[in-house]
Amino acid sequence: MIFTIAARELKSLFLSPLAWAILAVVQLILAYIFLVSVDQFLEVQPRLVGMADAPGVTDIIAAPLFGTAAVVLLLVAPLLTMRLVSEEHRNRTLSLLLSAPVSMTEIILGKYLGILLFLLVMLGMLALMPLSLLVGGSLDFGKLGAGLLGLGLLLAAFAAAGLFMSTLTTQPTVAAISTFGLLLLLWIIDWTSGARAEVSGILSYMSLTRHYEPMLKGMINSVDIAYYLLFIITFLVLSVRRLDAERLQH
Amino acid sequence: METLISVEHLYRYYGATCAVRDVNFELRKGQVLGFLGPNGAGKSTTMQILSGNLAPSAGRVMINGIDLLDQPKRAKAELGYLPEQPPLYRELTVDEYLWFCARLNRIPRQRRTAAVATAKQRCGLSEVGARLIGNLSKGYQQRVGIAQAIIHTPKVVILDEPTVGLDPIQIREIRNLIRELGQEHGIILSTHILPEVQAICTDVQIIHQGTLVFADSIAGLDARMHGTHLLVGLRQPPALSELQALPGVDSVETLDDGRLRVGYSIDHNPAEALAAHAAMHGWGLYELSPERMSLEQIFVELTCKEPGAATHEAAA
Repeated sequence: MIFTIAARELKSLFLSPLAWAILAVVQLILAYIFLVSVDQFLEVQPRLVGMADAPGVTDIIAAPLFGTAAVVLLLVAPLLTMRLVSEEHRNRTLSLLLSAPVSMTEIILGKYLGILLFLLVMLGMLALMPLSLLVGGSLDFGKLGAGLLGLGLLLAAFAAAGLFMSTLTTQPTVAAISTFGLLLLLWIIDWTSGARAEVSGILSYMSLTRHYEPMLKGMINSVDIAYYLLFIITFLVLSVRRLDAERLQH
Repeated sequence: METLISVEHLYRYYGATCAVRDVNFELRKGQVLGFLGPNGAGKSTTMQILSGNLAPSAGRVMINGIDLLDQPKRAKAELGYLPEQPPLYRELTVDEYLWFCARLNRIPRQRRTAAVATAKQRCGLSEVGARLIGNLSKGYQQRVGIAQAIIHTPKVVILDEPTVGLDPIQIREIRNLIRELGQEHGIILSTHILPEVQAICTDVQIIHQGTLVFADSIAGLDARMHGTHLLVGLRQPPALSELQALPGVDSVETLDDGRLRVGYSIDHNPAEALAAHAAMHGWGLYELSPERMSLEQIFVELTCKEPGAATHEAAA
């Protein structure tokens, strides 16, 4: 049942020009950044040859690419998630799901899976860029894999937060702007200086960036993975509760 | 006959406003229940509760013997629901949409094609299967909505104003469809078109300010609509006192168009005696008909009463 809803969600996404436009724009911008990184690498390459512990091609090209991709997708993800539930509210199509023999959890998980699959397509297209370097050299697959995992988890977290925001309102744009606000806040929350040590510790634990950066360097910490999983589960549970509360509305 | 829906002591509050108050009724197989009421009477709220879209504040809803609140999934498998505004994904084609609905209602894979085809054929959608729902006319969209509600052949079909916005021919087709469906399913439909109820329903309920004020079968309604007056047209009317003297006649008055309105006591219809006298005395009888109350009159009588009973209680 989850897959039925996910398939419908994915189909509707690809039937709307928005998804195609987003895919095209993101690909264009990231391709440009990729080319710039390749250019930089070619410039510094002669100097790297002599160094003992020189950064490889993956460090110089893939890591900045993924770093920028995270920011670009932070802007784009709310646009994809905004209509998940709010549009069903607006078009009154939610009653189709509510009067069908499916549970609230299945509805939410179906929608989440649908958007996740779309983001995976995006991630796959992004991964093709560094992989294209295999034509003329070799890559550090460990670091590349860690970066992709990190970006995947980050996107999954974006989607979960966006889905929850979409259950709160019937206006897709409101959902988009609130998702964007929430994600941006969590992105910059550790930019505090002069705060007491324990406060800044908590803030930096809450930061989306702090858990992403190590993975770009090829470090996979269970703390970071746990952070993302908790983040995702929290927002999914909240979404289910929220949808359930809809029936009780006053 | 099996009971498909039983509703017991249903209450629904919106804040302090009570939208549905102590509603009880049953629906059996083969019944088409017409749900009537003025705007804001609680029709749609009741239907939303029955379809599981809204939780009741108190009370119990059993769909085919399964409690809707305890086992929502099993209960919902037995019902099809068409809300006021059909829940259509405008970007899908009719086939894609119905296919999705079939999967959503857990129709096994091997029966899905047949189910979609049957639903399309019953709702007259066979020609438009490949068209986008968003491009269809309102009438066709309404039919897709109905097709969606009956695709899994549920025991109970709930239709909220199914003929709104359709042209007269489509209305007739939809009514025929509902009548046909009524033979194997239990149907509840809400409407504010009164003749529609008389045309297709077997039972009527009138809801007013959240309370059921009238519930009877169409046959019972017919009996109720027979008034206690006869309309009599006479070419050479005798003195009114002469008519008054006939057995059973309570009152006689002359209407503006010259006809007479004869009131009688409920168990003593003077029609036969009146006809016999008219023939005997050469009154020139040209019309003798029972005056009927229309459903509209009953409706107005029931729903325009003083709203004094409406008290606002806080939700329990």
